[in-house]
Amino acid sequence: MSWNLTSDRPIYAQLIEQMELKICSGVYPLGSKLPSVRELAREASVNPNTMQRALSKLEESGLLYSVRTSGRFVTEDKNMIKETKKRIAREQIQELLKKMTDLGFDQQEILSMLNDMAKELKK
Amino acid sequence: MNYILECNNLTKTFGPTIALNNVNLNVERGKIVGLLGPNASGKTTLIKLCNDLLTPTSGEILIGGKKPGIETKRIISYLPERTYLNDWMRVSDIIEFFKDFYTDFVPDKAYDMLSKLNIDPKDKLKTMSKGTKEKVQLILVMSREADLYLLDEPIGGVDPAARDYILDTILSNYNESGTVIISTHLISDIEKILDEVIFLKEGQIVLQKTVDEIREETGKSVDALFREVFKC
Repeated sequence: MSWNLTSDRPIYAQLIEQMELKICSGVYPLGSKLPSVRELAREASVNPNTMQRALSKLEESGLLYSVRTSGRFVTEDKNMIKETKKRIAREQIQELLKKMTDLGFDQQEILSMLNDMAKELKK
Repeated sequence: MNYILECNNLTKTFGPTIALNNVNLNVERGKIVGLLGPNASGKTTLIKLCNDLLTPTSGEILIGGKKPGIETKRIISYLPERTYLNDWMRVSDIIEFFKDFYTDFVPDKAYDMLSKLNIDPKDKLKTMSKGTKEKVQLILVMSREADLYLLDEPIGGVDPAARDYILDTILSNYNESGTVIISTHLISDIEKILDEVIFLKEGQIVLQKTVDEIREETGKSVDALFREVFKC
């Protein structure tokens, strides 16, 4: 999964989102050790201080924790990851709903479209 | 606070032309800073003042608390706009040169970067393309363990792929307690790696902020803000 940063929003906020995604999708599994700040910054081609800021925020929220001298790790709390996934899903759906409403669809129409498309996916 | 670069009421004039007009500026250690401004805004003048290649008309400039001179040159690694290297020399000769000149120069680092870019150290500069020459120069400058790196237009002459490589080189080689000041107008290419940006306009500083502050406050990229501030 590569880093994908847009130009109009704060970089650290985007780094937080993408780290969350990487953790939820298992790129960085439960309890695993993260690469160093420098390595991550290089990978994402961003300033190390900005990466540091993003990781600190993720530590505050509990998704990461650091152990003195040995580095930074992903939480071992499965529930926490589940909650994060749900939150991201809700945000995505909210965005979708807003776009659809802007396009003029009502709730009924949106739901039936979703249903139809889900059925087609199953085939 | 121990700033790596301090300017107090710094003014530089060339005859009737005012290149820098009463500039007050502090730059912290451990930062990557973009010095941004259109042509003739004073970027190169400021960098040359840091390097003792020019002397202030009035006001003062301090590098790590000291006036520019022999001692400050020791801690500054400078990439000038134009090359000063003799093009009959081989890269390996120039590396020897740098080793003699600067105690903080790390030859292994230079050779390592050269091999990653498939540049043969036995090649003479004169046989190289413009872009390759620029890469060699940047490699030399980034192979020092300096306190302050001053890069005047480091990515002007190279293609976008090489630009990415150069930015990567800067990110992975600058000394962590060191500060990198990059002057450029290719903003969109470099804004992701910057801590903060300084906008220079007609010899004056019109803005000094972090990249994320700018994005948070204006909802715009630094590049977009630059286009607005310097609209012709």
